Amino acid sequence: MSVTIMVVDDSKLARIVAGKTIAALQPDWIRVEASNADEALVLLGERQIDVAVLDFNMPGRDGLELAADLRRAHADMPIAIITANIQEEVISRARDVNATFVSKPVTEDGMSGFLAGAALRLKQARG
Amino acid sequence: MSETDISLDELERDALTEVVNIGVSRAASSLRKMVGRQVLLSVPAVEIVTQAAAASLIGQRESEILVAVKQDFEGAFSGRALLIFPETKSLELAQAVMGDDATAQQVAELENEALTETGNVILNNCLGTMANMLKQSLKMSLPQIVRGSGEQLFAATEGRNSDALVLFLYINFSIQDRDIRGYIAMLMDLPSMASLKLLIADFIDRVTKDAY
Repeated sequence: MSVTIMVVDDSKLARIVAGKTIAALQPDWIRVEASNADEALVLLGERQIDVAVLDFNMPGRDGLELAADLRRAHADMPIAIITANIQEEVISRARDVNATFVSKPVTEDGMSGFLAGAALRLKQARG
Repeated sequence: MSETDISLDELERDALTEVVNIGVSRAASSLRKMVGRQVLLSVPAVEIVTQAAAASLIGQRESEILVAVKQDFEGAFSGRALLIFPETKSLELAQAVMGDDATAQQVAELENEALTETGNVILNNCLGTMANMLKQSLKMSLPQIVRGSGEQLFAATEGRNSDALVLFLYINFSIQDRDIRGYIAMLMDLPSMASLKLLIADFIDRVTKDAY
């Protein structure tokens, strides 16, 4: 069964880099993109999203606010928050919504743990 | 927006904003360690404007006298980085950095030192991260404190025209539970913009290589 991963970042470049990293680690996953929280919610209404990767610092609602929204509707969705902002408050807010913290700039090393964990959780959930 | 050849296309502007964003986020994380409270950041703005317009962008928002820690940087691209606060917030910031145990007298005595050190950490962190991402090294001058209006802080260096275009990057920040807010700003002149444009193009090539 296919896995769809959504990348939400206001920076097109950051979306390209995240997409490239995901493609290298999980080449079979379908990648979709949104450039802000509102677009992400529209996308979520249109299709099945299994995994979400969210930038923290975005115009409009930030990635942690979006993560909280996603979490309410999708209790088990693997969610990562991507940021260079490693302040305790940001990390603890990510933890509060059960999201994984991935530091920017995104690398395969930094992303591999989250993606492997997400793949495992999806496999278990789907039996 | 600009008719000169230094204008950035959409992806270049996006890449530059992203590099600045990562640099400033790292810097905010360091400031958070220094003040023990969360540092809130805006999304960076990147504009190509005249030196005079850059001055008035900050000047218009702040009616009071400003204090800035200024550091010049030199290398593949050169310019000036500033950590700016309204003057009335600078004692608050010094207190936040020195801790609640410091007396008002100690804070007053060490205000400039505390500001200089804070500026040094933030600006180096920010520029250092940007330089690393662009695979360049930058030489940073010693931090210097300047006080004055927005116009005075951004005044063109001697012999330069205030109508000259500059690349102006700025971010607002505030500190939670403290009445402290300010700006991190960077100014680069025309030759630097041209070099930066090339470095950004290299950076885009590097990070998007084999994408999709």
